[in-house]
This record gives sequence, structure tokens and C-alpha cells, in this order.
Amino acid sequence: MPADTVRDVRSGGHGGHDELDQELAGLDHLDLHEAARRPLGLRVWSALWPKLFAIGLVLAIWQFIVWREWKPRFVLPSPADVGSVLWDDLFTAELWRAVGHTMRRALTGFALSLVIGGVIGIAVTRSKVLRVAVGSMITGLQTMPSIAWFPLAILLFKISEEAILFVVVLGAAPSIANGIIAGVDSVPPILRRVGHTLGARGLGLYRDVVIPAAMPTVLTGLKQGWAFSWRSLMAGELLVLIPGTTSLGARLQFAREFSDAEGLIASMVVIFVIGVLVDSLVFGQIERRVLAKRGLRTEASNAPATVLRRRDLVGAAFAR
Amino acid sequence: MTILDPHLDPPLEPAAAGDAATDHGRGVAASAPAVRIADVSKRFGSGPSAVLALDRVSLDVERGEFLCIVGASGCGKSTLLNLVAGLDAPSAGTVDVQGRVALMFQEAALLPWRTAAQNVELALKFRKVPRAERRAQALELLSLVRLQDFADKRPHELSGGMRQRVALARALGQGADVLLMDEPFGALDAITRDVLHDEVERVAAEQQLTTIFVTHNVREAARLGDRIVLLSSRPGRVAAEFGVPVERPRRIESPEVSSIAADVTVRLREEVRRHAG
Repeated sequence: MPADTVRDVRSGGHGGHDELDQELAGLDHLDLHEAARRPLGLRVWSALWPKLFAIGLVLAIWQFIVWREWKPRFVLPSPADVGSVLWDDLFTAELWRAVGHTMRRALTGFALSLVIGGVIGIAVTRSKVLRVAVGSMITGLQTMPSIAWFPLAILLFKISEEAILFVVVLGAAPSIANGIIAGVDSVPPILRRVGHTLGARGLGLYRDVVIPAAMPTVLTGLKQGWAFSWRSLMAGELLVLIPGTTSLGARLQFAREFSDAEGLIASMVVIFVIGVLVDSLVFGQIERRVLAKRGLRTEASNAPATVLRRRDLVGAAFAR
Repeated sequence: MTILDPHLDPPLEPAAAGDAATDHGRGVAASAPAVRIADVSKRFGSGPSAVLALDRVSLDVERGEFLCIVGASGCGKSTLLNLVAGLDAPSAGTVDVQGRVALMFQEAALLPWRTAAQNVELALKFRKVPRAERRAQALELLSLVRLQDFADKRPHELSGGMRQRVALARALGQGADVLLMDEPFGALDAITRDVLHDEVERVAAEQQLTTIFVTHNVREAARLGDRIVLLSSRPGRVAAEFGVPVERPRRIESPEVSSIAADVTVRLREEVRRHAG
């Protein structure tokens, strides 16, 4: 509605509320442009093809290097050879036992990190003294390569599940704690103020304002925590070989000892795929839902908001 | 709850400055002002670096009155609202408020993960309205600001003006008797602002709100206020008061509103010149 019309409509003076209602409705409709949702098939395809293309490119480069015979075949096998070994492995109980054992360790480690990192994170946001005392220490821990902890872990716990768990938790808990701290710090002061004027105090303020507002950053911390625990776990499984058990890390180690290049790369592919699946299916889905709800990420453009959020976190992920 | 009662007759002729209290008193002692600010000073910091934000400000706001506060930067407008809202305590003097207070800011400050209705429901929740009644009441409040069709939209799906109307509905959800507005339309485009002036005026009259409206925009103050208070800067003091004896409904471009705005502007500029050095 152009400005002239607004003036004309109301120039009657005592025109009343009907005209005001119409003007409001008119502005509302002009202000809203509902984006048409594209059909599901098209959306899936447009999300999928760049990934397929990237995988194809990597395989092509790999195959090219193999053809150039940069290394002998028994050291660097072709994608087809690895693929066929991987395919056969998929039908062995051996592989799935290894995956099961590794995933059990990963989940235990992540759950424990969640508890410990959560408690520390919440404690630090609640206390100024604690923040000064351990705030920078947490960041320090986060940048420390977890593999450096293994000698100590082995001294403390011998070659055991506990040694692996110890390092996994040390890898993941600081990221989770940092995510919580950064999340609570990033809550816009105006939202706290609004909560206050609405009468929210203490626990209510946390439940209805602070925690939901901190959620996106906390999730990023959880995601990073998962990535760190997965890395630490792989390092642990390579170093801490517990007799009589199998795991993905152990498979890598044995494959190397037997110079089984196909088996080795096949195991690496499995490790990579699990990492990607957990990241995109579990955390990606939760994150997408949380961000979309807040209008931080739409279907069309999904990069900027996440990048901003990530920057809230201490960039320890890249410090390794 | 008076605000949800649709049968209340809105006052036909909104009161001019001065006799607002007698026009729509609520059976409470009609002479008691809704807000009494008596000799209030506010100092931030201590020692030689202390800043005096407000210096012995006294203001009475009558029940149902629409008071606009204008002033240049540093006049302590926001500080004054915080004191009335009870978010801060005065260094000297007293602030007495009859009834509940709600505060609106330049940003709507809606919780982005909640829909429009859920944002209003949060205000009801903290006022201990039973869960089962919240949704219906929230929809009723949204229909007061003509947003019933957008109840399930999230803030990022709404325009700036719509968000401010949700914030207004939320303020009403707090059961506010006194509505404090801190430059609520500063970030909106001119047409939207113009329409929202009508809207706020209508809602304030229907709900018999006492309103304190802070703005940089002198015309806006003349358009909306029963009375305009001009605050001086550093420290904030009441520099002048203007009645706005213009009948409602008003239009921001009407000659009467313009001439009052011109008077206030002259005085405001004098204040600004005092700080030239």
C-alpha cells in the first residue's frame, strides 16, 4: 500500500478501527513473502549431487595415481580392489564385532564426557572464581593433542579399557564444557533482560531463557566433542591393543602388520563413514532443527549462520 | 483481569493533559498517580569518576495518561525507565508505581525459538496463569494486536512491525497497568511506524494503560502524547513540559501536531546548544 493511500484512507478523521485493521493487514501481507518449498526429490538431489561429485573426484584421483604406478600395487591398491575387500568384509561377523566394540567405547566415552564436561561447564558459568581459575585451563586442555596423554594413561591404567576411556574423556569433555560456557556467554543480554521483566528468576530464567538461547552453541560444542572423542578413540585403539579384543583400531594395526593394504584402507573407509554418519545424521539433524527454529539457517543458505556460531567457540578444532 | 474483558468501553474522548486521572480511574483512589517519581537522582560509579545520570527528577504520571519523554543523547531516558520498571534502584528519591509494569524496547526481543503465541504464553506462565488457559489467552491477546492469524509463526518469519506488536501483546500478557516503551518504533520504516502509532494509541485506550513512551522523535511524541516532558542532558533533569491539547484521533502530519512538535524542537535545540562547550 503506497503512502498516499494510507493518508487518504484516514483523512476522514474518525474513520475508526476498521481502516486501521485493513492497514495493518495490508502491511502484514506486504511484509511477508512466503518462500515456496521446493519438492522433496529436488531438495534431496541438490543436497546429494555435490557430495557424490566430491567422492567421485577423490576416487578418480586415487585411481589416476594407481595407474601412474607411483607405488607398487601391494602398497597402494586401486579403489576397485579396496572396494571388493570392503564388500566382502561387510558380510563377516569379524568386522561387525569390531565396529560394535569400537562404538561401545565411543558411546561410553562420549556419555561420560557429557556428564563431566556438562558439570564443569555449568559450574564455570555459575562462578566467577571458577571461571578465572579453570576457564583458560579448559581451552589449554582442548588444544592438547590427546595422543600425548596415552603414555600417562598406560602408566596409570595399564593396557586396559580404562586407559582408552580416560583419554577419550580428556579429549571430549573440554570441548563440551567450552561449548556450554560459550553458549551461556553468547545469550544476548536483551533476552536476559526480557526474562527479568517477565518475572523470570533463578531456575525459571535458566529453563525458559538461558538454556534454549545457548542451545545452538552448546550443540556445536557437543559436535566438536564427538569429533575429538572419535579421534582420541582411534589413537587409543592403535596404541592400547587389549589382547583378545577386536576393534577398528586393532584392525588397522593388524592389517599393517600383515601388509594387507586393501584391508587397511577398507578399515579406514569404515572409520571415515562412521564419523561422517554420526556427524551428519545425529548432530547435523539436531543442529538443523535447532537452528531452523531460530531462523538462523534456512534451506537455501545454510553456511553463514553456522560459521558465525562456530566462531563463538574457541577455535581449538583447528589447533591440531 | 481487566485487559481481557472485551466489554470495557474505551474512553470516547481521550483526556487532554492534566485531567486524565478523573476520566478513567478504576475505582481506586482517583487522585493517586499511577507513577510518582519524586526527587529521583541516579549516579553510576563512585568517587571522582561517578556519572550523574539523573538529577532530582520529579514526575507524576496520571492513571491512563500517555506521557512522552524526549531528550537528546545522554538525558537518562532509559535509566529513568529502568528505575520505573524496578530493574534498577535510584541513588536518591523514590519511585512509586501503582500496578504492574511492562517494558518494551527498540528491539522486540522476542525469544526466537518460540512462536508468537508461545512468546505471549511465557508472560502468562510467569504470571502463574494455569497451563490449560495460556494458549487461549495468548490468542486473545494476539487478536488485540490483530495478529491472531500469525500465532504460530516464529519471530524470524515476522516483519519488524509485527514483532513489536507481538511484544505489545506480551506486555499486555504480563497484566501491565503501566507500559514503558523505550523507543519502540525507532527501527521501523515510516509507514509501519505511522500505522503502529494508531495501533498503540488504540490499545492503550482500550486497555486503559498508563504509558510512558521514550523517543528521540519529537513529532512522534506530539502525535502520541497527552503530555511531553523534555529532559536535559548530562545530568538528566526535567527541562520543560508541554501539554498536547490536540483531539484524537490525530495524524502525525496535521498542523496542530506539527506546531507542537516545532515548539518542542526549539526548546530541545536550546538544550543541545548548552552543551556546545
